[in-house]
Amino acid sequence: MEKTSFFKRPAVQTLLASVLCAILGIILGYIILCFMNAEHAGEGMAAILTNFFKYRIASTNTLMKYMGSFLVKSVPVILCAEAILFAYKAGLFNIGVAGQYTVGIIAALYTSLALGWHWSLCLLATIVAGAVWGFIAGCFKAFFNVNEVIAGIMLNWIGLYICNIILGGEKCMNQSKSETFEISDLNPAGLLPGFLQDVFGGNQYMTIAIPITIIIAIVILVVLNKTTFGYELKATGHNKEAAKYSGMNAKRNIILTLVISGAIAGMAAGLYYLTGVEHFKISSSVPGMGFNGIAVAFLGGLHPIGAIIAGLFVEYITLGGQYLNTNYYNPQVADLMISIIIYLCGFVLFFRTILNRPGKVKVNANAEPNKTAKKAEEKEV
Amino acid sequence: MEDYVIEMLHITKEFPGIIANDDITLQLKRGEIHALLGENGAGKSTLMSVLFGLYTPEKGIIKKDGKEVKINNPNDATDLGIGMVHQHFMLVDIFTVLDNIILGSEPSKFGFLTKAEARKKVMDLSNKYNLKVDPDALIEDITVGMQQRVEILKMLYRDNDILIFDEPTAVLTPQEIDELMKIMKDLAAEGKSILFITHKLNEIMEVADRCSILRKGKYIGTVDVANTTKEELSSMMVGRNVKFAVDKEVAQPKDEVLKVENVCVKSKLHSNDSVHNVSFNVRAGEIVCIAGIDGNGQTEFVGALTGLDDISSGKITLCGEDITKKSIRYKNTHGMSHIPEDRHKHGLVLDYSLEENMILQRYFEPDFQKGGLIKKNEMRKYSDRLTEAFDVRSGQGAKTIVRSMSGGNQQKAIVAREMDRQHELLIAVQPTRGLDVGAIEYIHKEIVKERDNGKAILLVSLELDEVMNLSDRILVMYEGEIVGEVDPKTTTLQELGLYMSGAKRDDRKEAK
Repeated sequence: MEKTSFFKRPAVQTLLASVLCAILGIILGYIILCFMNAEHAGEGMAAILTNFFKYRIASTNTLMKYMGSFLVKSVPVILCAEAILFAYKAGLFNIGVAGQYTVGIIAALYTSLALGWHWSLCLLATIVAGAVWGFIAGCFKAFFNVNEVIAGIMLNWIGLYICNIILGGEKCMNQSKSETFEISDLNPAGLLPGFLQDVFGGNQYMTIAIPITIIIAIVILVVLNKTTFGYELKATGHNKEAAKYSGMNAKRNIILTLVISGAIAGMAAGLYYLTGVEHFKISSSVPGMGFNGIAVAFLGGLHPIGAIIAGLFVEYITLGGQYLNTNYYNPQVADLMISIIIYLCGFVLFFRTILNRPGKVKVNANAEPNKTAKKAEEKEV
Repeated sequence: MEDYVIEMLHITKEFPGIIANDDITLQLKRGEIHALLGENGAGKSTLMSVLFGLYTPEKGIIKKDGKEVKINNPNDATDLGIGMVHQHFMLVDIFTVLDNIILGSEPSKFGFLTKAEARKKVMDLSNKYNLKVDPDALIEDITVGMQQRVEILKMLYRDNDILIFDEPTAVLTPQEIDELMKIMKDLAAEGKSILFITHKLNEIMEVADRCSILRKGKYIGTVDVANTTKEELSSMMVGRNVKFAVDKEVAQPKDEVLKVENVCVKSKLHSNDSVHNVSFNVRAGEIVCIAGIDGNGQTEFVGALTGLDDISSGKITLCGEDITKKSIRYKNTHGMSHIPEDRHKHGLVLDYSLEENMILQRYFEPDFQKGGLIKKNEMRKYSDRLTEAFDVRSGQGAKTIVRSMSGGNQQKAIVAREMDRQHELLIAVQPTRGLDVGAIEYIHKEIVKERDNGKAILLVSLELDEVMNLSDRILVMYEGEIVGEVDPKTTTLQELGLYMSGAKRDDRKEAK
């Protein structure tokens, strides 16, 4: 049995490619800062990267409080990424995560504000809402062979407009502020229970959302790698025909995958909005969370734990934008940097290929010839 | 001094960890037919890729007409007059013959096509080499044999004088093969030099002047075909003696296992049935073969039988139970094993490891899972047992990603899996497609062993040698119908060929 060298292991390569993406994104961000205002570029970059750690001088308490908010805000994008990678492993590109997240928002805010439910029921409602949205796309795919991307995009918009109608009503929306009411005012029982709030400087938004997110990532990891269900899903994702040949129920799996993916996306909204940290405003565009999730999923190497790390990174940079000196820079520079990193995420696979080139980079001589060469060979033999 | 048109001297091509070509020398004389023989993975295709400029060798040089040349990409190869007929034709189905021939080097004036000239040149070539084609027919309407003639004309149209044929006979009927052999001889007589890649020793004996043999990336030798025998060639190729005839006793058929009655399958392409009123039976302890030229409904029929495709009417009975409308899972678990035609499309999940592929239809059984969790240890043990019993070779054992395995070992893995599963009926579709003689011999032996263990076997094959050697009864399928049933002991290849091309048909009695 041959031992593959450290640098040739797929996991290491994925990690390297992702890190490369992130670094390139930061460098390009710096170049952009230079263009906008060269004099203060270094300072601006430092502000983004130091981020909330600048409060370490003030007090540990403040620092931890900001750290808490950072974690809270990372939850939805991480979960959206988990939803996307789960479906992706089964060969489905669930772009409908954005819509499933949106109906999750409806469920979270309507049940907590208008109906005054207990948080556990509210959270359950968000899961069900996302699952139903996934179920619809799944049925279209399974029974009518409608591409899940098309169905997903349609459902994103349908979800958004329903959201505007329902949450725009008087029960949920504070018409004078044109954003939804505080859950803590109307229905304190609708807020998620706190989690280690004392450790994080009394941050009221620190809730069980954090541990739940980690648990979900681990559950997905286990389901994908250890269970017969994961075995089926991945087989279907890799080779639909072979899955059919071996007697797997493709239709059931498609629907189930999208239901689960949707449930996770809906829950992402629940675990975010039920902390009270965010309010919904009438919007003319689908929340970007689901789309950012795609980038995070890829940046994380389509690995459930990788998605957590990638999600934290993306959120860190986004937050960093707020620390830019607004005299010199528009805070949206951070968004621009994130966009660049997201754009570069598309190149993760490309970077991997480069790292993998047999001739160019003489990393090790034990690896297999690369896939394309292999394929060409197979064809001609 | 010999007149060599192409010389590949001391070519060495390494991939990380593998030496695909180790100091190989191939010299092609002007006007000869030179066969290149070797098992899968022997390095034939790597060598041809080097000649075509797809790979750059680490060592060695290529000479054309005695002068050293650098071939860095396929365009260089074309400029040097090297042309290739690929195993799978590179033709545009909805274009005419003429359009396909000129595609890529269209004659034009001021940006407008000037087809008249091209037509004349093509027709001249066609007459000169006796390559009959209809220049205005669409590719999708003409026979495979004619498509191949189009491929040959494509090379001639580009004035190539070094012609590479990559396993050209795999898709042809015996009559078409004879015709191709004649064409190749004519071409050589006109001064073209031909490299002929093949597994089939008969064809080498018939048509080639010399034959170079590769084994495991190494050059074994070049022999004059006139002074050699099939046995010598095959032992040079495999490194040991290989038996061609399959040893088997007379079949002892017992109870009926599979009964097919009036099965029809609607075509996806046209309004007629692609399988029409097919009826037959297979008994325990016999090998029944469906022979026929590719594309005469075999694939669709097997699809209907196994459940991969919908059946439009008819009845299928397995061990006395009507399974016409049962799911694939039900068939899999109630006595049907299936070695699929396309191992990459159906048979394997290429990105799964070997062990994961071994339990593809069984992962849900209590042997392999408990409470929805896969028993990794059991899976490993099972896979190791099968790979050992069936001699499946792979780089990293059970953990090997199947994509990185050679075609022969992939096929052996499927054969192992399907034979080990509980079954009464084995459907083997082209079980030896693309394999070398050593692997073919092995799989044939296993199939006969299955038969002698009292299993019913339905073989679907395009390889006539396989059909003749292995089966106890032969059914010939033509345009979706069974047109004849023959006994392999009394029939001839010529008779089979007549059935296969639709020239002869029995009025079939009802299935027994």
